[in-house]
Amino acid sequence: MDLTFNAEERAFQSEVRGFIAKNLTEEMKRATALTPSVFSDPDIGMAWQRALHRQGWGAPGWPVEYGGPGWTPAQRWIFETESARAGVPNVNVMGVKMVGPVIIGFGNPEQKNFYLPRILSGEDYWCQGYSEPGSGSDLSSLKTRAVRDGDDYIINGTKIWTTHAHHANRMFALVRTSDGPRQQDGISFILIDMKTPGITTRPILTIGGDHEVNQVFFDDVRVPVANRVGEEGKGWTYGKYLLEFERGSGIASAKLREGLKAIADLAESDLTGRAIDSPDIATRISEVEVDIDALEMTELRVLSALQTGQNPGAVSSILKLRNSEIRQAVTRLGADVIGHDALAVEPMRPLYKLNHEPAIPEDMLTVVPEYLNGRAYTIFGGTSEIQRDIIAKMMLGI
Amino acid sequence: MANDPLGYSPDVWKQFAELGWLALPIPEEFGGLGGGAVEIGILMEAFGRGLVSEPYVATIVLGASLIDRCGSMAQKQASLPKIADGSLKLAFAHSERAARFDLAKVATAANKTAQGWRLAGSKIAVLDGHAADEIIVSALIHDHHGPSGRIGLFLVRATEPGLVISDYPRLGGGRACNIDLADVHLPEDALLGDGHDALPAIEWAVDRTMAALGAEAVGIMQTLLDTTLEYTKIRKQFGRPLSANQVIRHRLADMAMQVDESRSMALRAALKVDAAPVERARAASGAKAKIGKCARFVGEQSIQLHGGMGVTEELEVGAYFKRLVAFDTLFGGSAHHYGRHAQLGRTA
Repeated sequence: MDLTFNAEERAFQSEVRGFIAKNLTEEMKRATALTPSVFSDPDIGMAWQRALHRQGWGAPGWPVEYGGPGWTPAQRWIFETESARAGVPNVNVMGVKMVGPVIIGFGNPEQKNFYLPRILSGEDYWCQGYSEPGSGSDLSSLKTRAVRDGDDYIINGTKIWTTHAHHANRMFALVRTSDGPRQQDGISFILIDMKTPGITTRPILTIGGDHEVNQVFFDDVRVPVANRVGEEGKGWTYGKYLLEFERGSGIASAKLREGLKAIADLAESDLTGRAIDSPDIATRISEVEVDIDALEMTELRVLSALQTGQNPGAVSSILKLRNSEIRQAVTRLGADVIGHDALAVEPMRPLYKLNHEPAIPEDMLTVVPEYLNGRAYTIFGGTSEIQRDIIAKMMLGI
Repeated sequence: MANDPLGYSPDVWKQFAELGWLALPIPEEFGGLGGGAVEIGILMEAFGRGLVSEPYVATIVLGASLIDRCGSMAQKQASLPKIADGSLKLAFAHSERAARFDLAKVATAANKTAQGWRLAGSKIAVLDGHAADEIIVSALIHDHHGPSGRIGLFLVRATEPGLVISDYPRLGGGRACNIDLADVHLPEDALLGDGHDALPAIEWAVDRTMAALGAEAVGIMQTLLDTTLEYTKIRKQFGRPLSANQVIRHRLADMAMQVDESRSMALRAALKVDAAPVERARAASGAKAKIGKCARFVGEQSIQLHGGMGVTEELEVGAYFKRLVAFDTLFGGSAHHYGRHAQLGRTA
């Protein structure tokens, strides 16, 4: 194992840097820095997705036959790291990184031909219909029901925490098509056009003041049976497959490092009265930096294991857990570093289109919203408690 | 073990020599194998798993490294092949009571004399000094103008008149000692190298050592995790194994995660031992701080999950825990190294 890149990899690194320098506009960069939620709004995020797609880099994790670039793990590492360093938009992952792999793995040829190109190009914008008000960590207890009626299903029920449902034109959802002996049985994976009559969306504001998630209601919504992926009743298998992508896509440390750098820059600035001169703050920055070093090294270990054909397994739970906890440590540190300026609330969104002078410096605007919204990191994608259950069961065998 | 005046086995040391482990990091031209920090780390992790108490760190990781880096060709030729074949054991006497963990603070004085050098001062916490044939002593060089500001490293025979070793059983196994030097007279060539300030070499050697000790701590933690996991499967309370309780399962998951993070940090520090000084030092201090913190958690929780038996000398858990406490203390604990990491970050 080696921490340095070879000549080919360095050449690729220059290529990525060149691409970013050419395509990342100041507007995209500023909008990304001033977005305190997980994903960029579609106008920013999809502009970046289109640029990536033009370059043939729209879906780094896909097989070449479906439009993937055929990168080695080291190339993916370089791409993700350079993207994080440059502050590129956070493209909503629901299409490329989530429903894409499921359609590739379990979809029929018609579905692949129709949906995959539209995901790559950014023509379709996806949201995820998993959680329900009564089904959080116990996801397979879900109750949204799809009843067969000729060539259609009729769907009734509700989904919650639906990220960007208010922007999406499509949803992939887990719905109950029958009742089996186990609650995981009888679940189907279905693709829904968000313009179908009977769908309504209610915004949910998170504590940082952002509208990113929603509740979606289904009232006799008619969806063609042809929109089901894979077999009826086997949706839980496909849904779990997708969750592994949600948890362990594996390269989070570069973004964490940029997040910490922004906080350390503030701490070294006169805007915070040089917070870093307090040994307490300086040491906490080091503690978080060291945690990021450890996560980065674990990611590299997983990556090099994948290169030699080993299966990372439950380590994706470790990566998810540590990423979410460190993310929260970064945002907590940020809220402390800006001192009294943490008291100022800016209710307008988006922050990159304010039509007035904010009460605190622009560089601080996202700090407290990110801290507040960031509490969600240890909850979504399987709570930290669920991840610990997985580690105990899969890694420790208890 | 605490009552064993030797603290290690000479037979085992001989086997280490036969297996090539003593030759591992020594350059090939001096009878070594030319291995690097990653290979040392693999060995150290295995030592940790078995709670080995042979003077490997003192002789090989500290002693041989310092001679290789600072010694003249003649000094290297005299010492390194003998270290590799097991016939020469070393120790490094550097820490002083007033210095705490500050590697730059040395009060022990080396005065230039007509015949060579005269050393006077006191050292503490010298790893395995009792087992050493020769001891590398750091001292502030005084020439005829007074203190020079340069630290020199001196190779002193353990039997040298004026050198008094007071050794004690070390927390977690092995031994350590305090050393008093009362007018120890040494020849000219006892000084390693040409008298350049040895502080950068000392920092380099200690950073390497912290990487190696980090790997050893990973092995110790892994054994504690394995042992504790096994115990929670067997031990039944309220009619079911301890491991059936979610609070226990989550504790074990946290322990496993911290062992894994520690493994990443030890490997990272090893991969950076030959990087530029600030990068190397930050990796070493980061690893020392993080692994120290994880070691306390894994060690303390291993005892907690073993219940009352964990607090007794009847189980090995306590011995492993004590070695982790010794690890965290050596060369400065977590708080010290987070502080050094922060300080280096601001000067970088």
